[in-house]
Amino acid sequence: MRLIRRGREGIMRDVSELKEAALRAYRAMCMARAFDVKVSSLYKAGKIFGGVFLGKGHEAISAGSAVFLKPGRDVYNPFIREMAGRCAWDESAVLETARSYFGSVHGFMGGKDGNVHWGMPAQGVPAPVSHLGAMLSVVAGMMFAKRMRGDRDCVGVANIGDGATSVGAAHEAFNLMAVEKLPIVVIVSNNQYAYSTPNSQEFACESLSDRGRGYGMATCECDGTDLLQTLGVMQRAIAAARAGEGPQWVVADTLRMCGHGEHDDASYIPDEVRAKYAQKEPLAVARRQLAEQGWLTEQEDAALQEEMREFVQKAFARAQREATPDPRILDWNAVSWKPERA
Amino acid sequence: MSVTYIDAIRKAMEELLEEDERVFIYGEDIAGKFGGAFKATKGLADRFPDRVRNAPISEDAIMGFAIGAALGGMRPIVEMQFADFGTLALNQMGNNAGAHFFRTGIPVNVTMRMPCGGTPGGGPFHSQSVEALFARYPGVHVFTPATVADAYFMLKQAVQIPDPVVFMEHKFLYRWLKADSWLEDDPLPIGRARIAREGEHATVVAFSAMTPEALQAARDLAEQSGYELEVVDLRTVKPLDTDTILASVARTGRLLVVSEDFPWGGVAAEVVSRVAAEGMHLLDAPPLRLTSKESPIPYHPDLWRAHRPSAATIAEAARYLISL
Repeated sequence: MRLIRRGREGIMRDVSELKEAALRAYRAMCMARAFDVKVSSLYKAGKIFGGVFLGKGHEAISAGSAVFLKPGRDVYNPFIREMAGRCAWDESAVLETARSYFGSVHGFMGGKDGNVHWGMPAQGVPAPVSHLGAMLSVVAGMMFAKRMRGDRDCVGVANIGDGATSVGAAHEAFNLMAVEKLPIVVIVSNNQYAYSTPNSQEFACESLSDRGRGYGMATCECDGTDLLQTLGVMQRAIAAARAGEGPQWVVADTLRMCGHGEHDDASYIPDEVRAKYAQKEPLAVARRQLAEQGWLTEQEDAALQEEMREFVQKAFARAQREATPDPRILDWNAVSWKPERA
Repeated sequence: MSVTYIDAIRKAMEELLEEDERVFIYGEDIAGKFGGAFKATKGLADRFPDRVRNAPISEDAIMGFAIGAALGGMRPIVEMQFADFGTLALNQMGNNAGAHFFRTGIPVNVTMRMPCGGTPGGGPFHSQSVEALFARYPGVHVFTPATVADAYFMLKQAVQIPDPVVFMEHKFLYRWLKADSWLEDDPLPIGRARIAREGEHATVVAFSAMTPEALQAARDLAEQSGYELEVVDLRTVKPLDTDTILASVARTGRLLVVSEDFPWGGVAAEVVSRVAAEGMHLLDAPPLRLTSKESPIPYHPDLWRAHRPSAATIAEAARYLISL
């Protein structure tokens, strides 16, 4: 196999073997973008309760990790900007996320929780809580359970952002993963803004890789907006974790092409930073790369975009029609077990 | 042969490990020859080296790890070294494990053992009773055993119950409380309070280490004054067995609630509030609370004894209640 050294981007393989993964990842990226466009317009029309959180600018690293995973065998822990990864894991993510936003009784949360909090723990996607860093140790526990139950060859991907690396719970979990040598790939998507706080006010180390090295993890940095580079890095990191080399730490630089949520106009991002986004827009980069490799024609791409718009439209139409929870019949009990009464 | 409260806890864990391969114990300093700060897991790592595991000093991650393992089909028992440090896992227990069944329909079968309560010389950070902090989160059960038999039976039940359970084991009782056996012929089901002593003049509701104190107070008062206190041992503060409490108050007309926790809020406040709301007509006198003082728990044994309710102060409070 031909290896290409690429400085801080790490090792790039000959990309021809990535064709199938790249096409699947690109499909998931387009699906997620179509979802984001739709959910944003619904939010602006006042049709969504609470917050809406987009993944614009994160699609390449997000899809580029999940595309190597298998539901039922592996674990995928989404952070708030992982719509593309959720779609790459299982395309039912579009309908399920729409259901989650509308509070459909047919969704995994049934309206008891919503937006990006939904999960399907039985299939390997835990349902995230809002406390940053809290899910990392949960992923560690899920992988430990697989080890104890004799499941081999599985891997967990744990997504987190630049800001969450400052949380105490995250530090505890990273250290624990490394101590137990668990097969986990930590993806630190660095979009340079933790809500409104820039990297300079979030951490003082030169690179977020320094943190990974401190835990004793193998570390790697990549341009998280570059699909082919991302796929190469993730394929290698996931293979290393599966092979028993312990947790892997991948820092992926991404773009904050949206507010923290749709309530936020992100006016704190300077214009000169935004001006550079156009050249690195993950879908445009991926489209160019796939065309260069001869893997996707313009016509095929146009057809894919149309298919994704329709797919998303149908999912939202269905979720919007579904029943919402009835407070008169809801069992408010938060426990599954109740005592016998005398 | 007599057995202690901590023997019962160790025995329960040993049997759980024997009976169910899904059970494992995770906590700080619990494995190897050491066997835990209080020796509750002494020798268990020799028999079950893979399932009695040392954790880094990371209470939050320990609990998150247990949640993940439970989602993966295991039945983790987490040992927090002291309940005072268990508060560092409050977010994982309350917001993550506690909310999980409501949010997803999937219960999280974790048991969190919390060595709690005061001992002479323990001081402000190795003595607290934090049951109310955990109990206020929906989705969490909180057990507070006060007998050797309950320590054994309730820990075994905690692991059978599919929801998160905070198991408050009192450090003062570990080696002080003894019984002939940890086995009971017919243990009360979980969620049922026990009438630990029958009496007609006032009801004293207690739990954990306050139960033996209340029983001593009842014996002393009967001998000195002829008043008979009915002592209700809550056993679990959540679920809270208000049926048994109200039935007792209906018989005695008077209520004293004793808790080792601080006075603001807490289990004592909850019991008084429920009895007032649901059984005001049963009361012949205002309900009374006896708790620790509104200050951090002091270090010196003389100060500590004065800070917490004792048999003497419970008897004094009961005498006052009966005089009303």
